[in-house]
Amino acid sequence: MTHPYIPLTAAEESKMLQACGLASVEQLFECIPEPIRKAFQVDGLPPGPLSEPAIVSELTRLAGANWACDRLVTFLGGGAYDHHVPSIIPSLLFRSEFATAYTPYQPEVSQGTLQAIFEFQTLVCNLTGLEIANASMYDGATAAAEAALMACGANGRDQVLLSSGVHPSYRDVVGTYLRATDREATLVELDTTGQTPHAAVAGADVAALVVGYPNYFGVIESLAALRRALDPKALLVVVANPIALGLFAAPGACGADVVVGEGMPLGAGLNYGGPGLGFMAVKESLMRRIPGRLVGMARDHHGRSGYVLTLQAREQHIRRARAASNICTNQALAALASTIYMCTLGRQGMIELAKLNYHKAHYAFRALEGIEGVRAVFPSPFFNEFAIRLPREPRAVLERLEREDGIAGGIELGGDYKGLEDALLIAVTEKRTRQEIDRLVAGVRRSVK
Amino acid sequence: MSGEKSIFGLSAAGRRGMVLPELDVPADGSLEELPAELLRAELDFPEVSQVDVVRHFTRLSSLNYHIDKGMYPLGSCTMKYNPKVNDLMAALPGFAQLHPRSPDRLAQGALELIDRLGGFLAAVAGMDATTLLPAAGAHGELAALMMVKAHFRKMGAGRTRVLVPDSAHGTNPASAAMCGFDVTEVPSNARGSTDLAALGKALDERVALVMLTNPNTLGLFEEQILEVIELCHRAGALVYCDGANSNALLGHARPGDMGFDVMHFNLHKTFSTPHGGGGPGAGAVCVKHVLEPYLPVPRVVNEGGAYRWSRDFPDSIGRIHGFYGNFGNQVRAFTYILALGLSGLRRIADAAVLNANYVKARLAGAYDVAYDRSCMHEFVLTGKRMARAKGVKTLDVAKRLLDLGYHAPTIYFPLIVEEAMMIEPTESESLESLDGFVDAMLAIAREVETEPELVRHAPHTTPVSRFDEVEAARKPVLRWRGAEAAARPPAKPAKTKEREAR
Repeated sequence: MTHPYIPLTAAEESKMLQACGLASVEQLFECIPEPIRKAFQVDGLPPGPLSEPAIVSELTRLAGANWACDRLVTFLGGGAYDHHVPSIIPSLLFRSEFATAYTPYQPEVSQGTLQAIFEFQTLVCNLTGLEIANASMYDGATAAAEAALMACGANGRDQVLLSSGVHPSYRDVVGTYLRATDREATLVELDTTGQTPHAAVAGADVAALVVGYPNYFGVIESLAALRRALDPKALLVVVANPIALGLFAAPGACGADVVVGEGMPLGAGLNYGGPGLGFMAVKESLMRRIPGRLVGMARDHHGRSGYVLTLQAREQHIRRARAASNICTNQALAALASTIYMCTLGRQGMIELAKLNYHKAHYAFRALEGIEGVRAVFPSPFFNEFAIRLPREPRAVLERLEREDGIAGGIELGGDYKGLEDALLIAVTEKRTRQEIDRLVAGVRRSVK
Repeated sequence: MSGEKSIFGLSAAGRRGMVLPELDVPADGSLEELPAELLRAELDFPEVSQVDVVRHFTRLSSLNYHIDKGMYPLGSCTMKYNPKVNDLMAALPGFAQLHPRSPDRLAQGALELIDRLGGFLAAVAGMDATTLLPAAGAHGELAALMMVKAHFRKMGAGRTRVLVPDSAHGTNPASAAMCGFDVTEVPSNARGSTDLAALGKALDERVALVMLTNPNTLGLFEEQILEVIELCHRAGALVYCDGANSNALLGHARPGDMGFDVMHFNLHKTFSTPHGGGGPGAGAVCVKHVLEPYLPVPRVVNEGGAYRWSRDFPDSIGRIHGFYGNFGNQVRAFTYILALGLSGLRRIADAAVLNANYVKARLAGAYDVAYDRSCMHEFVLTGKRMARAKGVKTLDVAKRLLDLGYHAPTIYFPLIVEEAMMIEPTESESLESLDGFVDAMLAIAREVETEPELVRHAPHTTPVSRFDEVEAARKPVLRWRGAEAAARPPAKPAKTKEREAR
């Protein structure tokens, strides 16, 4: 029996073997030394194909063992947010022409992908306020790590200042990447207002300062003040939430040299954290150091305008050991999702969306802050996420919210930050209704009484 | 133009593509109190209707070639069929809407899938443990190199060198350099395999890792792989398998049994997840026990039937991804493995290898095979003779294929073959489809003899013709600048040398 994914029939097999002057398929594998073939044994795999209904049943069982945002009202954030994914995104994204196309190395038959990437680059530049954006990176964390490495290469320094307000997992990833080349990251602790203290970054002989915008606690930091305090040769690397940029000042306008971030909130969905969408925008002076693919305008031999992959001399397939980065496969389809998203929302929609997130989060914050014993961790301006201290153990509060209210109420902060064992991080997106927020507040009130 | 305006060119003030939820809570007045310098002044985004967006991207999509349309003979890329059921399973709300910060007790299905997929891959590889965190093959290479570095650091050995063959993928040396290793290239021998003598000479007590691709990028199985690996191990080095070409080995041989210590799989090659126009892919790194302590965190552990993420591995290299890698593609690869089972995986390798040998046999007269011996899932042609005799380069042949309805093969790689064309049909192509491709290649070979100009200026039927890529890189325009871009003086139609010759 042939397999539906493998057209080869037994009759064709004989015909093709004959054309190759072979007697059996086994002969084709005789180049593999016999001891290796003899040793072959695989345990733990299903022995043969499953039918499609059986596959669907097994995967449905596994999916059903998860409590996703279709079953729980979520106030989880921490780098991933429950934003609405417009229906046109899956519909356009899974067109075979986009989803099953290869990397656009042959521009004559890839103008669709190339133009979409060019529009992605443009939207990212306009959103971040910088001049050059690449075609995507794996995720926000690796984009931050690549930015740190790029900074070290750009100014020949080895030390990177890392604000403790940067997402803890991102800090770990930056640390992992820097350690590989014997460089180090120095942690700068947030002050009591939840901001990176200007004095602590001043005058240091460092490659870069990496800060969150908003930071992990949702706090909007003053980038312009940090830029003024920082050594002029050091790069200001901003890890931004793209949704927040509909409302808050473009980091490029505040003196950022590099803006990176996680683009998943821009219509790519949650997917348990991946596919992610790392984006990276830089000042023009860093054009030849930026990692990843770049699409540029070009003219064909008839003078027609179109798009090609360009400045490829930075990349691994040309420069090999001297490349700007080893990145090859990126997150192109997620970048396309975000491009469709940014176009669909458009100028007005991006601003309105950011305001909705802001106001709903502030409504939730005020109501929670009104509960006796609950207080804000930081007094600073925030976007759609905030930290509060509870008068009882957060784990118990969360478990009761799950059980009794069908609510995922937030993220415990104690695991990542000493001194915040009593605190929760709560995110509120445009999807949360007033009724859902009121239920969260009532649930917390009941639990802490 | 390629026929489609920029989305910015479609913009009209006041249009919108979506209605947002209403503001159903009172604003607290805090926004108005924020200092103006914290707020955004303006946002230059297009204003378009939903119809505009759908038509724009649908029209763009029609300019692409893709695997659902036809064959991609791209060597080392394994452009196989991407089963639709994989996408549907990844879109199940329990996966697609699962928040990555969900407590483990609410994500047991995802954790079980990750644990079982890791087990499947380790079994196929003949290795002891797997991480699914890498988002792509190169990311997996990097993670593996970090692990090797951590291992030798822990052993107190100052091993700072990595050896790669001259036929290696560019990511191998780039990943090694990113990890601070000194990279040395080892030449291949006349049969296209690792040269044992050259390898022996390059090996010393400072070599940490030897990175091999097997089958290698010429589509050839490393005949002396057991001797090669033994030589490396005797010198105290570990050995890496770039698993980009794993399609050839499925169900027949395991890198672990060959002696490799660590390898990566590209789930977007061997395990059918879609390429997406450049990504997302997914890498998976499988290791032997010697490297297991260094695997990146978090790792899934199973305690009494309950799964949880653990970071409690003191020798780990640390995190390499913000969350858990490209989970959506992990679901797809898992679905794919269930759809095939072990016997189906073996049949993939049978068909992939037979297809490649059949195409090679049919092309061998009209084109020159770089290393004429039984190949595995791919083979490499050299266009050297055509280039010298007729002035028709491999690039021209590749572009002419676009006219005839096929994607181009991988060209000018591996670097050790002059005018290289690397062809990998995969198991997805039927005999009719393979014959169609071969006939197109043979027709081009005839054109090279009779009408070389036609080939040299190809493609002729695509939405755009060849671009002036040198000019594009000299004055890069990397974002839409509206009127500014439109005002650029039109470039002269580029005169190629070939045209001047005519």
